[in-house]
Amino acid sequence: MPIVTFTADDGTDREVDVPDGDSLMETAVRQGVPGIVGECGGALACATCHVFVVDADPADLPAMDEMEDEMLWGTAVDRRDESRLSCQLRPRRPMHVRTPETQQ
Amino acid sequence: MNPEAAHVLVVGASHAGVQLAVALREQGHHGPVTLVGAEDHRPYQRPPLSKDWLLGKAEKDSVLLRSDAFWAERDIRVLPGERVVEVDRSTEPAVARTDRGTEIAHDRLVLATGARARALPVPGGDLEGVLLLRDADDALELRERLPDLRRAVVVGGGFIGLEVAAALRAVGAEVVVLESADRLLARACGPETAQELLDRHRADGIDVRLGARVTALTGERRVTGVRLGDDHLEADLVVVGVGVVPATELAESLGLVCDDGVRVDERALASDGLTLAVGDVANQPHPAPGAAAGSRVRLESVSNTLDQAAVAAATLLGRELAYPGVPWFWSTQGAHRLQIAGVSHADDERVVRRDPARGGLTTLYYRDGRLVAADTVDAPAEFVTVKKALAQGATIPRERAADVTAPLRTLVEQPVGA
Ligand SMILES: Cc1cc2nc3c(=O)[nH]c(=O)nc-3n(C[C@H](O)[C@H](O)[C@H](O)COP(=O)(O)OP(=O)(O)OC[C@H]3O[C@@H](n4cnc5c(N)ncnc54)[C@H](O)[C@@H]3O)c2cc1C
Ligand code: FES
Repeated sequence: MPIVTFTADDGTDREVDVPDGDSLMETAVRQGVPGIVGECGGALACATCHVFVVDADPADLPAMDEMEDEMLWGTAVDRRDESRLSCQLRPRRPMHVRTPETQQ
Repeated sequence: MNPEAAHVLVVGASHAGVQLAVALREQGHHGPVTLVGAEDHRPYQRPPLSKDWLLGKAEKDSVLLRSDAFWAERDIRVLPGERVVEVDRSTEPAVARTDRGTEIAHDRLVLATGARARALPVPGGDLEGVLLLRDADDALELRERLPDLRRAVVVGGGFIGLEVAAALRAVGAEVVVLESADRLLARACGPETAQELLDRHRADGIDVRLGARVTALTGERRVTGVRLGDDHLEADLVVVGVGVVPATELAESLGLVCDDGVRVDERALASDGLTLAVGDVANQPHPAPGAAAGSRVRLESVSNTLDQAAVAAATLLGRELAYPGVPWFWSTQGAHRLQIAGVSHADDERVVRRDPARGGLTTLYYRDGRLVAADTVDAPAEFVTVKKALAQGATIPRERAADVTAPLRTLVEQPVGA
């Protein structure tokens, strides 16, 4: 199980094991990582699972599909180049992401 | 008593109850919290049950709302498989009793009892093979029947009916949808959105019939058909999606005012000023942008459970919080993605945008000249634009809204003074 580090907006780190095949969002919500809401449960409908990728194996960052790209225009904190919706990421290797100040 | 230390009993352990318990801890409550749920499952998400679950893309573990460790870390006691049948307030503190005989003394009571699916009130409505879809047990039963399903009839052209129809079609069944009104989604969307989805579902091979009144379900023990007056359709499965009834029994036993749900105020307090109600069971002052003063609504959506739970948690802690979000909804129907921001009315003015390149459809709703809601079909960028604009009190000038050569987000005008 890869370990993913979530750095909150205030700088605190939290590490979680992401079970193989699960998305970053699912794991974060189920284990209560602050800063990820995931209101729609991964249906690409809410954009409340926004993260900024700090470091990741390129193989764990599949190209964004159009839907994710469009939903990213609706994040509470404006998107940047390193923005992703964490319900679309299923890491197999360690990853480091930062969560935005707010999701809603 | 210090409200942060009060024992809060939450009845109903689904989206609203879970979110309330989570919000209490987030907002600084540290007293005991007990979450009792009648279903024999750990708290799970409902939306996948009519979508990915039927397609085999979601499993029991993947639909859980939180992990066991999550509850333990926050010291929230979760009691699944127990139904609260009585609350005795003659003692201090009050005591709730469950059907298994557990007694729970508590200082504050929150009703998050949700709603149950309405049955089809026609002869044969209780035959085997006639299924409602509200909870995990219903969804397990429905999925078990899929391998030998040939022909399904879905009664009701609302969100759940259409989602199930699309999923059953995707797994290869012949599917008929029967809607008694002359259009789909009459309660929730404008006519253009409804027509768009009608066309799409028909193009996918679903036989959608409007103005279709079911008079009986036929069969000996198992359902074998559906009668519509003189007409008869064969079916080896009937799924009924004709709305829900709020679960108000416990509220009524406490003498709380109920009228299409438990009547609550803007702070989620029921008529006794003490009990709270949240989620699908709560009938609340209408929180959507542009709602008429004094109007009320019972919202059935995940977004409402989050927003109302935040309000209720603040109330329990002796604070006041205004409804934080804009009500919104999504419904994934096969390959088609409907998203709704705000709550529209039949008499709102509509502006329709169709993206010629990608075929997405957006309907914007205006009331007294003000943008109040939008529905989008396969136009997520437009959905998020409206949702964000409504949250910021911004608008999209009506005269320009139909201009599809401009991305919708370039048309947003921030409120004066912002
Ligand atoms: C199949 C399906 C698909 C959906 N899809 C979407 C969607 O795509 N998007 C969206 O926004 N919304 C969707 N919804 C709606 C959303 O799931 C509901 O708005 C949400 O579940 C409401 O949560 P709730 O906790 O208020 O009520 P419920 O989910 O109804 O939960 C109430 C719980 O309380 C329990 N209970 C009742 N009485 C007692 C008692 N006396 N003691 C103990 N427990 C009790 C019940 O057993 C139940 O578990 C869908 C709903 C269904 C059924
Ligand atoms: S969880 Fe809703 S878009 Fe990712």
